[in-house]
Amino acid sequence: MAAILSRVRHDTYPKTDNAITEPRLIRWLLILVAISFLGLFLFMPLVAVFVEAFKQGTKLYFATFEDKYAVDAILLTLKIAAISVPLNLVFGLAAAWVITKFSYRGKSLLVTVLDLPFAVSPVIAGLIFVLIFSTTHGWLAEPLKEYNIRIIFALPGIALATVFITLPFIARELVPVMQAQGKDEEFAALTLGAGGWRTFFTVTLPNVKWGLFYGVILCNARAMGEFGAVAVVSGNIKGRTSTLPLYIETLYNEYNGVAAFTLASILSLLALLTLVLKNFVDWRVAKSRNNQDLNLSLFTFPPFTRPLAALPHEHPCPQHP
Amino acid sequence: MISNTSREDTGDRPIPPTSVPKRRRERINRRVIPGFGLTMGFTLTYLTLLVLIPLSAVFIRTSGMGWDDFWKAISSPQVVSAYKVTFGVSFYAALTNAFFGFIVAWVLTRYQFPGRKLVDALVDLPFALPTAVAGIALTALYAPNGWLGQFLYPLGLETAYSTTGIFIALTFIGLPFVVRTLQPVIEVFDREVEEAGASLGASRLRVFFTIIVPALIPAMLTGFALAFARAIGEYGSVIFISGNQPMKTEIVPLVIVKFLENYNYPQATAVACVMLIASFVLLLIVNILQRWTESIGQARS
Amino acid sequence: MSIRALNIHKTFGNYKALDDVSLEVPEGRLVSLLGPSGSGKTTVLRILAGLEFPDPKTGATIEFHGEDVTNLSAGKRGVGFVFQHYALFKHMTIERNIGFGLRAKPRRERPGDEAIAARVKELLELVQLDGLGKRYPSELSGGQRQRIALARALASQPKVLLLDEPFGALDAKVRKDLRRWLRLFQEEIKITTVFVTHDQEEALELADEVVVMNNARIAQVGAPQDVYDNPVSPFVIEFLGNVNRFTAGVSKPSKSQATEGKSVLYVRPHDVDIRLTDENPHDYAIRSKIQHIFSAGNYARISLDRIGYNEPFEAEISREKLRQLDLKVGMIVSVVFRHIRVFAKGQFKESNVREDGQLVEVAG
Repeated sequence: MAAILSRVRHDTYPKTDNAITEPRLIRWLLILVAISFLGLFLFMPLVAVFVEAFKQGTKLYFATFEDKYAVDAILLTLKIAAISVPLNLVFGLAAAWVITKFSYRGKSLLVTVLDLPFAVSPVIAGLIFVLIFSTTHGWLAEPLKEYNIRIIFALPGIALATVFITLPFIARELVPVMQAQGKDEEFAALTLGAGGWRTFFTVTLPNVKWGLFYGVILCNARAMGEFGAVAVVSGNIKGRTSTLPLYIETLYNEYNGVAAFTLASILSLLALLTLVLKNFVDWRVAKSRNNQDLNLSLFTFPPFTRPLAALPHEHPCPQHP
Repeated sequence: MISNTSREDTGDRPIPPTSVPKRRRERINRRVIPGFGLTMGFTLTYLTLLVLIPLSAVFIRTSGMGWDDFWKAISSPQVVSAYKVTFGVSFYAALTNAFFGFIVAWVLTRYQFPGRKLVDALVDLPFALPTAVAGIALTALYAPNGWLGQFLYPLGLETAYSTTGIFIALTFIGLPFVVRTLQPVIEVFDREVEEAGASLGASRLRVFFTIIVPALIPAMLTGFALAFARAIGEYGSVIFISGNQPMKTEIVPLVIVKFLENYNYPQATAVACVMLIASFVLLLIVNILQRWTESIGQARS
Repeated sequence: MSIRALNIHKTFGNYKALDDVSLEVPEGRLVSLLGPSGSGKTTVLRILAGLEFPDPKTGATIEFHGEDVTNLSAGKRGVGFVFQHYALFKHMTIERNIGFGLRAKPRRERPGDEAIAARVKELLELVQLDGLGKRYPSELSGGQRQRIALARALASQPKVLLLDEPFGALDAKVRKDLRRWLRLFQEEIKITTVFVTHDQEEALELADEVVVMNNARIAQVGAPQDVYDNPVSPFVIEFLGNVNRFTAGVSKPSKSQATEGKSVLYVRPHDVDIRLTDENPHDYAIRSKIQHIFSAGNYARISLDRIGYNEPFEAEISREKLRQLDLKVGMIVSVVFRHIRVFAKGQFKESNVREDGQLVEVAG
């Protein structure tokens, strides 16, 4: 093989990548296939939401927001996000710190546990909290009844299920970023006499701010849009435990298509905003790294498409063979 | 004066005193970067309270059932039919994604065309769009009187309220997993290898199937497994378009929800247990596949 | 501030990075830790800085000026550490970087903003980069960044300066300039300095003392000239400078001790003397063929092959001599090793070959 390769004369290599691309016809055919597929499966549903929402005019569109239950649903969804995002933010920072800054046995097990919520069906994510907190069937039914605490079919249950579903998001985005940063800047700060908190806030945090921001918008989008897990724990009581996605389902099942799609259009705008912010962050990071390859950004969008456990195991000793 | 007491001193320099006052207490394996105890403690507590204990509830509840009841619960005709629908349709949806996802990933990384960036950004939509929204939007398109349905139904394609509808929803939500797994791998694929193949006289088709495809197989399998894993648990986008006819278009998550609505907790838990095990196995497979992808990537660089 | 480290052991998993290493650095000296990669030199430095800790229960002690700092954290040891890849804080201006250590001090020790600004200005002048304070690290060249890293390390007036391959990431030209600059700089501020390098030229040129490390242990310690002239082991002689290595039987006559037992003979290229064959030969003259001549600067490097043995070796002669002898590739010449070292039974024996062909042993 080496003998054959050595006969290849390098000066005969094509200057352009003509030799390693497909004929023009095939190229355009593939592009057409890709765009048609995406158009059919992604673009058209998105357009459908807005068209259906405005089908009977802007007046009826905005009338939806006069529905008291719709407003309640929006407020509840905001509340849930306001609870679950900060919790998972703190957790994400702690988990990323402990995963990237130290070496110890069992780290890959920790990372696997971190990924578990992703592997679990949303419906089961709801079910597990019902099994614990239900006042009729739950483990804690007796004490909950005694102190008259409602978790299932109430806000705490919805928050718990949402926290579970969105738990890995921020940590998942932070870990690769922190890993890529290395530990030298923290070491430098420590030799300069900075304590742990100062090192974290003045050195680590500014370095991972985009990864953190990115994790937060992802976590937020999912927290506001979660359906399955919330459907199981909320009981879907209009005006009380009906989140925005749940209320959309209610309206849809009541054949109130315009209202359903109107509310869906808000969530679609949120999704689009998330995508815009995601691309903005990619662009910012690429700019600061002088790297035009947006596809190779450190961030993973669906998270989990890149492994954490297999991240290069960084050894504390740089000279280790 | 520097000296080395681990060897005999060679120069004319005096050997330094080696006696050290024994006074300090030994610390065990100190960590240089602070915060290990705090962050580890917090992380473990959080994961235990929110993930491990709740998930274990499913297994503990199930273990109290007894084998016969468990088997009855997980093998009732309604449940078995749901397994078939969920696993079967998820498989075909993931397969479709693997195929079209590969084309999309290839086109997005290798070709330049107007609107490429926009299309690239759009790939993430199924992940960002709440599933309920996706569900009603897909139904609006593929229902008998929908935008596309009105043309497809006369052709005999029942796109909604059938397994085809489930297939459409599961393809929708699984797509980004395949594309985003493949993209970085195609991106870093060493073009010199392709060039070497081409300069050795292989046709483009031959280079594609003998050099490129084998290198991308691990990533493709990972993407497939991720899409499949996502599909078997999916609920929100499916229930609107599936029609939910018992024994025909019910998926497993829906069956669990129905059991819960009827206060049939034991059966819901038992079926959930089966699905959890399936998910964990898939997670394990994904981990193994990702390690494989990584090792190929490392060998390449 | 003097440094004393005793009985340092360090293992990473199953890998022994340091195996009972002890060293002392007297106050105000510039000491180099030299060794191939994997020899443990960086680990020594990081342990001195408190960025690693020695294995527990091995009796390791680290003292700065007689004070036990073994269990002190990095921030409390008062060391300035300069990283190979600078480790500047990317999101802070140069001023903020340099002032970081001062701002990090506990409230009662912290200087006021004006004092910090003054100190930063002073340091920028010291490293000859005044006027760059408002820039960000990404806007500076590698050499400038490394000087900023140095200024940052010096801001809190550390008692000890530790540099980990400080010039490793720089290109050859910058590295040479910066090396000279550091030498002068250290002489001026007289701070006890330890730096790690795998570049022997750098170590020999810069340091007052060289600590040669190999395989997790210290191989030799001494002044650069001393270590170069009196190596204690084959590793040291082979690692420091160029040397020709012959496994046996070089000085043909049986009366030479060089041939006895399993011995290795070393000759520095500049100790190889080349004569034309018609000059009067003696017992220690070796007939060799010239394979290659390369001359740059004042010296010419000549590759030779000992006839009948297929043992290539190198000679270094002045260009002047090259011209005098009119050497050409392919010529057969007579070669005399003026100074040889034979390593046998765990030690070196040095000998000179006199002009008259007599072998004179040099007293150890």
